Amino acid sequence: MKKMKLVMVGNGMAGVRTLEELLKIAPDLYDITVFGAEPHPNYNRILLSPVLAGEQTLEQIVLNSWEWYSANGITLHAGKKVVEVDRTRRVVRAEDGTEAGYDRLLLATGSNPFILPLPGNDLEGVIAYRDIADTQTMIETAKTHRHAVVIGGGLLGLEAANGLMLRGMQVSVVHHGDWLMERQLDKVAGGLLRSALEQRGLNFLLNAHTAELLGNGAGRVRAVRFQDGREAPADLVVMAVGIRPNIALAQRMRLHCERAIVVNDTMQTVTDARVYAVGECAQHRGIAYGLVAPLFEQGKVAANHLAHHGIGRYQGSLTSTKLKVTGIDLFSAGNFQGGEGTEEIVMSDALGGVYKKLVIQGDKLVGACLYGDTVDGNWYFQLLREGRSVEQIRDQLMFGQPTP
Amino acid sequence: MTTETRSTCPYCGVGCGVVIASHAGQIVGVRGDPQHPANFGRLCTKGSTLHLTASAEVTRQTRLLQPMQRAARGAAPQPLGWDAALDGAAERFARVIAEHGPDAVGFYLSGQLLTEDYYVFNKLAKGLIGTNNLDTNSRLCMSSAVAGYKQTLGADAPPACYDDLQHADCLFIVGSNTAWAHPILFRRIEDAKRANPAMQIVVVDPRRTDTCEIANLHLALQPGTDVMLFHGMLHLMLREGWTQPGYIAAHTSGFDALQTLVRDCTPDAVAQVCGITQEALVQATRLFATSPATLSLYCMGMNQSSSGTAKNAALINLHLATAQIGRAGAGPFSLTGQPNAMGGREVGGLSNLLPAHRDMANAAHRAEVAAFWGVDRIPALPGKSAIEMFQAAADGEIRALWIACTNPAQSMPDQATVRRALQRAEFVVLQEAFAGTATCAFADLLLPATTWGEKEGTVTNSERRISRVRAAVPAAGAARHDWHIAAEFARRLAGRLGRGTALFPYETPESVWNEHRETTRGRDLDITGMDYAMLEATPQQWPLPAGATQGRPRLYEDGRFATEDGRARFAATPYRPVAEARSARYPFSLNTGRLRDQWHGMSRTGTLGRLFGHVPEPVVQMHPQDMALQQLADGDLVYLTSQRGSIVVPVAASADLGLSQAFIAMHWGPEYLGGRSSTGTALAGVNALTTPVHCPVSKQPELKHTPVKILKAELPWSLLAMAWLPQDEALHVRARLRALADALPFVSCVPFGDQGAGAGRTGVLLRAAGHEPPADGLLAQIEQLLGLSGLDTLRYADPRRGQRRAVRLQRTGEAAHVVGVLLAGDTRAEAWIRALLQDQLPAQDFGRQLLSFQAKAPVGVKPRGKVVCSCFGVSESAICDKLAQCSGTGEERLAALQGALQCGTNCGSCVPELKRMVRATEPVA
Repeated sequence: MKKMKLVMVGNGMAGVRTLEELLKIAPDLYDITVFGAEPHPNYNRILLSPVLAGEQTLEQIVLNSWEWYSANGITLHAGKKVVEVDRTRRVVRAEDGTEAGYDRLLLATGSNPFILPLPGNDLEGVIAYRDIADTQTMIETAKTHRHAVVIGGGLLGLEAANGLMLRGMQVSVVHHGDWLMERQLDKVAGGLLRSALEQRGLNFLLNAHTAELLGNGAGRVRAVRFQDGREAPADLVVMAVGIRPNIALAQRMRLHCERAIVVNDTMQTVTDARVYAVGECAQHRGIAYGLVAPLFEQGKVAANHLAHHGIGRYQGSLTSTKLKVTGIDLFSAGNFQGGEGTEEIVMSDALGGVYKKLVIQGDKLVGACLYGDTVDGNWYFQLLREGRSVEQIRDQLMFGQPTP
Repeated sequence: MTTETRSTCPYCGVGCGVVIASHAGQIVGVRGDPQHPANFGRLCTKGSTLHLTASAEVTRQTRLLQPMQRAARGAAPQPLGWDAALDGAAERFARVIAEHGPDAVGFYLSGQLLTEDYYVFNKLAKGLIGTNNLDTNSRLCMSSAVAGYKQTLGADAPPACYDDLQHADCLFIVGSNTAWAHPILFRRIEDAKRANPAMQIVVVDPRRTDTCEIANLHLALQPGTDVMLFHGMLHLMLREGWTQPGYIAAHTSGFDALQTLVRDCTPDAVAQVCGITQEALVQATRLFATSPATLSLYCMGMNQSSSGTAKNAALINLHLATAQIGRAGAGPFSLTGQPNAMGGREVGGLSNLLPAHRDMANAAHRAEVAAFWGVDRIPALPGKSAIEMFQAAADGEIRALWIACTNPAQSMPDQATVRRALQRAEFVVLQEAFAGTATCAFADLLLPATTWGEKEGTVTNSERRISRVRAAVPAAGAARHDWHIAAEFARRLAGRLGRGTALFPYETPESVWNEHRETTRGRDLDITGMDYAMLEATPQQWPLPAGATQGRPRLYEDGRFATEDGRARFAATPYRPVAEARSARYPFSLNTGRLRDQWHGMSRTGTLGRLFGHVPEPVVQMHPQDMALQQLADGDLVYLTSQRGSIVVPVAASADLGLSQAFIAMHWGPEYLGGRSSTGTALAGVNALTTPVHCPVSKQPELKHTPVKILKAELPWSLLAMAWLPQDEALHVRARLRALADALPFVSCVPFGDQGAGAGRTGVLLRAAGHEPPADGLLAQIEQLLGLSGLDTLRYADPRRGQRRAVRLQRTGEAAHVVGVLLAGDTRAEAWIRALLQDQLPAQDFGRQLLSFQAKAPVGVKPRGKVVCSCFGVSESAICDKLAQCSGTGEERLAALQGALQCGTNCGSCVPELKRMVRATEPVA
């Protein structure tokens, strides 16, 4: 019989993982066509930081080689950005006119970095930190220029700053919050992190609000000016102030979108059952995830449904964070901020640079924030996910998994 | 260069001579005086550490260094000058006397004052002011012995001497844990036993104390039944014909009445009442009566009783009836608890006495003294004894109190009344050497007095031997000598009273002593043959009348006694049970007594952490069976409640006690053991419980027996905080911690020390418990005081559970040691982390497990147990380990211990305990 046609828009980790899952359970069900905007096969975006830090090479972070696509009979249109989808005729069309018809469409368009609407954000040397191109720009700039400013003291920003510093630049991190990574760390851990990074040579400007980026006359950025009038020299400005789900195409397809493309528990868009969405571009139960673990879980469910098994349900994910800066151990998961109705257990060894906070609600562990010693992170994350009572082991919790 | 000064030890009544080494105005060492006839160079654990209690750090932290005055009760005292202080005091006293008469003032003194101090105070009260309201803490200590002697022998004079130990064939030790309370005397007993292995030793004591280690027979009689025992012994003596009718006929009177009295005290009845076997009774009686020479040694077990006088007299009866008196190695020998209770009485330092053993009740005596002092009259109205004095103050009768060198808010029974007295009195003066005693908190005026190492004068020990006390260093701060303070105050008061301005011309202690000496002329204690120069050469026993060159080692050798007719009087006092018997509501007999390494209120011994090695913290002891019945485990907190008060204290099992008996050390006053009742009143330490009921004759309270109930205290939240601290801070911190935790239902706060190697460091341990966790702020303050606030401290906090832990590590390279700990909530980890801290075991491998809860150490740490030998810091566990490898007889194994660990080879105070441990372990086959 004639195979159905599956078209995937977006050649990133979430999408390709979905295909892998699908091929595992239903290798012959579809003719698969993939459109990707980047001229690369699927690579591990999470490992861009180690690449920037010079700890890994681009080759090492490729997940699926060109050969993988052909071996699995997948038609790959790398570097071709899809601009239009006709849901009536069930056809997708790329910028260059390439077309492909589909029976099922999988949207995995990911997200775009958010660029602050500042005067001068179009100057040369002002970039985001999202893909291989950005990474290469940073590596090159580090060879020729001295001063870098990273706007955003979150996970990505700090990894970028650390990488640039390791490549010899003088790096200042500009952050509007009171402490670093305020979405992943509480104040204490944020403080420990800051002093650790400062010791490594990073410079921090907290509670700083950027007013504009100043050019050097030749079209390249030369400095950052803040609202209080201060200036910081900058030959390179990296914006790491968050991502926005890439939903331009979906909107043109008139799919229902909020922050991202709204999908149900089987990852089908609520608008069109033939169209699936996974990854950072998908919004499930109000949440658009930006971390890899949930995306993989979504992929599994989508593949399961595409394979006509239809038993997989996605229930949402608990997320945990690790900072990929060598020598800095840091972990947080769940509601580590605590607050109303929660209790906290805190352990600290200031001299040893260790800080641990566990948040407990009722008899369950609901959050963890570890700094300096994260060996128990996975155990806590497991307890979090299982949501089982920790009443009996509460006094041992802080001292690691009891060895039976 | 170091100078040496011969003086005496300020602790117990053995009166050991010490040689103080000082350098540049600072005491730097102490050793026993080889020439002193009391100790011949030996010192006990307390005496041998005296110099440490006089160190610069201790002085700075614990001494009262300038006159202070409180604007209002409870306010912080403010310093003022001596003249202002004494003028103010004289003014207040003069006013009270003018408005309410001389009997509205009272003086409460101490058996630790020197004879000269006493004399001036006595003259001040009875001569100048004209009140007999002058009493001393000897009332809590010796007055029953005094009354017993006077009732039977006619004078307050122990007829025997230490040398008699060498001549005795039978030692009859009653109500005295000599091994702990008079260690050097016990060394001499051991020597005597060694020299004469045939010597028989009988110990009569409800508890199986360490003194029993050397005994051939231990009579564990029921509390307070001594009189019945002695009458029963006399009954047997008569039946067996063991009395000496000849002696009785020639030298005594009143035997018939006694004979009739003891007729009913059959062995059967005695066994019933005293709870001993008839065999034991017979054996003890035979030994007492038929040994060639029997010497009785007795102490607080006899004296601190509602029938204290009867007990003393009944025992002396036995000596008279068997003629065991007036011979070498024979006689009733009362041991003194304080260094100069004897001297105090020589100058008449009790409310019923006048100088040189004269009696207040005796008109002729009053006239003699009035004439001698050159005052119109000595008031006939008998003065108030200690208990009566504080009761009178509580009732508003006595309005001004002058307290010197003693700590009634710790040591007097029925603290509720004592506190009421101190609060109600209009004006309370406290003359003290130490700033931290419980009584300080109640004083309106604090006068700094000199103390050991700074004072000049004389003391008299248990065997009537007068020794010179000498100053090795100048007074600390603005402190002054007690006699001098009294005289200065007296002169000022005399001016205001308009009489007796010439009564106090003294310039030196010697001038005071010379006047005192004159009062003894022709009295039983005539010392007119002595002078300071003679005493400088060598201590002398009284009497030593003019012309004599030697004091009399023992009295009544000629069978003539100090009564009018020269005959000793038998006392026929029937047995009366303890004043307050055990009942269903209060089913336990609470006994109090001394610890080996502490003394009295611990104002001095409490300054040395190392002296807390033997008994580290306050506990009440119970028999294991009684504990099992109440489902109590070692360390559980209990409410100890009598009719008069309640305290909270941990319980500890001791098979040395009888059933339905409990024991707590007399030392644990509010300075170390506190808490709050459910109604919020502060718990006042051991004497919150004790009874003021006293002997009708001697007025000595029954501190040795209080009926109590013992109930488990359910205080789920507990705290243990301890840390090593710098020498010059530790004692301050201890005092501040004690005050800080005062609001908690249970608190005990003690120093601890570094034993043996590297000795001299001091730590502080705070233990507390409550119904719920206190405010975090309090714990933060405690951590701050113990140096647990820094970056080098590991922390854990689970506020909901009331769990908070802090462990301070001292990191030196790879090694790390625990130097401070706070465990709040769950304190089970004390079992191992305390050993880590106190023994300074390496802790680097524990990491953050140091914060864990488990009662078992993450890796093997051995709790050291208490320190048995304080001199060399040898711990119980070390001794047990060694014993486990020893073989042979008891002596051989003891020798092996001493050879391997040195324990008990210096002062020897722990030898009885070592013997007990040897006996308790099987020799290796």
